[in-house]
Order: sequence, then C-alpha cells, then structure tokens
Amino acid sequence: MRPRLFDPVPASEITPESVYLQRRRLMQGLVAGTATTLLGCDSQAEDAAAPAMPAAIGGLKTWPDSSKETLTSYRDVTGYNNFYEFGTGKGDPAARSGRFQPKPWTLEVSGEAEVTGRFDLDDLLKGITLEERIYRLRCVEAWSMVVPWNGFPLATLLRRFKPTSKAKYVRFETIQRPSEMPGQRSAILDWPYQEGLRMDEAMHPLTLLAVGVYGRWLPNQNGAPLRLVVPWKYGFKSIKSIVRIRFTETQPRTSWSDMAPDEYGFYANVNPAVDHPRWSQASERRIAEGVSVFKARIATQPFNGYAEQVASMYSGLDPRTLY
Amino acid sequence: MSRLAVAKALVFLLCLGPFVHLGYDVFLGDPGPDPVARLVHETGAWTLRFLLITLAVTPLRRWFGWHVLVRFRRMLGLYAFFYATLHFAAYLFLDLGAFWAQILTDIAKRPYITVGFTAWLLLIPLAITSTNAMMKRLGKRWQPLHRLSYLIAILGVLHFAWLVKADLGEPLVYATILGLLLLVRWPRLSGRN
Repeated sequence: MRPRLFDPVPASEITPESVYLQRRRLMQGLVAGTATTLLGCDSQAEDAAAPAMPAAIGGLKTWPDSSKETLTSYRDVTGYNNFYEFGTGKGDPAARSGRFQPKPWTLEVSGEAEVTGRFDLDDLLKGITLEERIYRLRCVEAWSMVVPWNGFPLATLLRRFKPTSKAKYVRFETIQRPSEMPGQRSAILDWPYQEGLRMDEAMHPLTLLAVGVYGRWLPNQNGAPLRLVVPWKYGFKSIKSIVRIRFTETQPRTSWSDMAPDEYGFYANVNPAVDHPRWSQASERRIAEGVSVFKARIATQPFNGYAEQVASMYSGLDPRTLY
Repeated sequence: MSRLAVAKALVFLLCLGPFVHLGYDVFLGDPGPDPVARLVHETGAWTLRFLLITLAVTPLRRWFGWHVLVRFRRMLGLYAFFYATLHFAAYLFLDLGAFWAQILTDIAKRPYITVGFTAWLLLIPLAITSTNAMMKRLGKRWQPLHRLSYLIAILGVLHFAWLVKADLGEPLVYATILGLLLLVRWPRLSGRN
C-alpha cells in the first residue's frame, strides 16, 4: 500500500475518476499510460498511480498562464526522474522509492525570520488553495517535459514566517533518510541535498511549492510530499522532499555547484547561450506524447520561455554568470 | 552445412538481437520516455560490449584452448563497428536532427564527442581491412594495424566516462574489464613473451 500524505477522505468528497478523466489534458497523459498498460508493457502503471487529491483541499483552479504545449504523460512524469537519493538511473526513483514514508512530515523553519520552528505539513497546508499550473521543466541534461503541477506559490508560505530585512536568501534541504533512500547510501553527492534561491526569486509569483501532479498527490519519486518548482531554472534547482527552510543573509551553498562549480552555478537560469562545459544548452529533447524520434529536439528558450516574467530580476547581472 | 557455419549463423543472429530489440521497442512497441536518448545510449553500450568481447577472444583462446573462437572474431569486430555506426547515426540524425550544425561545435568544443568520433573514424580502416583478401594484401602489416582496436576501446571507455554527470559506476565496469584485457596482453606486447 502506497503511503498517503493525507488520510483517505470519504468517497463522497473525491472527484469521481470519470469526471476528472473528462478533462482533456488529463486524458492526454493518462490515456497514454493506459494504452501501454493494455499492451502489457507496463503492468505497474495502474498500481503505481498516486491517490487522487480530494477536491475539498483546494478545488485546483487552473492557472491562466499555464503552458498550452502537449503534456508529458503521467507515466513519463512519474517514471523518468532525476532523484539521486533513490539512484542515478532515470527509472530508479520510481522503482526504489516504495519504502519512503512522506507522512507524517515536519518542516523545520529557521534563520532570519520572526516565526521559526517545526511545523507539521498538514497544518501548514490548512487554508491554502491549491492551483494547477502547467510549467515547462528543463533539465540541465538538455531534455524537457511539460508538467501539470498542483501547488501554491512559495511566497504564500514564506510570508507566514515573516522574514526579516536580513533575509536575503532562502536555503532548502532535502530529507536525509538512507534507510528509505537507497541512493543516499553511496556518496554520489554530499548528502543531504541542498538548494537555494535569492529572496526575490523565492517570492516570485512563478515559484511554486508543489504537493501534487496531475491531480494526484506527489508520488515519492517526484519529491513527496513537498517540492520546489522554479520553471525558469534548470531542474536541479527544484529541490524535492523538503524538510528544512532557512532564511539566510549570505548566499547558501548548493549541492551541484559544490560538486562541480565550473559546471553548475547558483543561479542555473535556463540559458541557451551559455553551454554546459560538456554539452550544448542551445536545444533540448522534448519528452511528450506523439513526439517523433526524428523531431524530438527543439530550441531552448531563454529563461525556459519565462523571460517576460523573470528577466528583470537579473537586469544588473552578467547573464553569463547565471548558468 | 557444417557445424561451424550453423554456429556462425546463430552468433550472427544473436549479435543482431540488441538491434532488433531496440528497433522494435522504439518503432513498434513501447519506446519509453526518451527514445532518442535510449537509442543513442544503448547502441553506444553495445559498441563497447562488442569491442570488449572482440578483445577477449585471444586471451580466452590462449587460456582455455578455445581456438574455434578466432573464427568469430571478425564478425564480432564488425558488429562493434555496426553498433558504433548506429550510435553515431542516432546521435547525428535523431538526437541532433534538425540541429545537425551543432555537431561542428560539439566536435570542436566537447572532448567526449571528439574522443568518440575519433574512435569511430579509427574503426573504419579496420572494418575495410577485415576481409580475407585485405589480410593477404597487407600481410605482416595487418596485425599492427588491427592493434588499433586497443586504442579504440580505450577511447570508447573514455568517451563514456567523460559524459557522465556524477555516477561513474557503469563506465568503471567497462574500464575494469578493458584494463584486465590489456593487462593480460602486456607480456606479449612488450615483447617479453
């Protein structure tokens, strides 16, 4: 039995699956998964689907600026992941995260803020309206997806902690639990995984804390129960399974730039003009239904297509330093 | 048909297996999330495997007296070239696709691409001179030329290790096997045997 973030809700409160499935976007994704199930290629797909979110939690209002591009299927969004805590293979997170327990979950908040301490995630989520936001996700490895996240702006949560004027950055940390995260038993990265944002980036309305995807609670492999989504930055900035948030005065260290500072920077804004030292960032392979193997590659957009919303935050900085 | 001919036909079909399997999955079956990456990665992995298998023929022959193995060596080597060519073609026509001009900067700027491309180029003369007629024509020069296969395998493993983001586990497996294969040859190559 897959662990649930919340207790099962009465059947009457759950949006009937048939009603939900009428939504065209969901059809795109789930039908693709079901089709392969029928072909017998992935008998796990049905069992593996995470529990649907109760509509009572927020109503999942659709965000007006959502991407209109073809969605990546539920199967691929939840089956092709970089989450080294569960292994370095793209299928490892889905295959090896079954033991992970995302409930109960405590978030520890510290640093330059008036309200700090340990908070139960269920309590923090009370009164928060969840939205559906369809964002492009661009991996630093030059592939991309289009994902319907369910979450809320990070700013909504951060404001509750009343950061002080000294808070210039926010540092995030992933849980360290080697008994449930087999990847953490080898020193591939310096665990626990850590990431950071400048305060204005953290408070930006595009920056999302996700608790679900495709109208279902986040599966373990996608960073249950709480993950960051920063759509204009390379995917590794969108830290998963967050247990600690710290407001800091100085720029926090981040896992990938600690590991290879010449290859991964703090900002990691998607930038087709600045190549990774070992591969080009000018283009990307789109992972989505119906993409022909002959036309998988598309041009990468500055700030992953969100330049209009975010470029002004970096106007004083040399874009070449923002990789 | 002789037993050897039957065995050769079977080995030929066996070696074609990965190609058929990949082609079926990508074009008829379940292509998986990132079929292009899969095609490129798996054809590359099979190139390395065939290079190592080919290099293993001589030591196995010597240790276990399996002299018949040498009859398969040419086919195994040509399969290494076959998968290397598929690997390069998949990278060029599928992964780069319409962005093919990127290959010029890739070859110039990215050492792992340069190394891999060099390895593939070096395989070409070996494939061309693999026929009986060419062996006769080259005579004593044939063997030194075909010792390039050691260098090609080293370049191939380096090419793989260089592109990995953090986990060197898989390239290290190939590197270890290659290291052992080169080590057992060392006495002969250095002329002490």
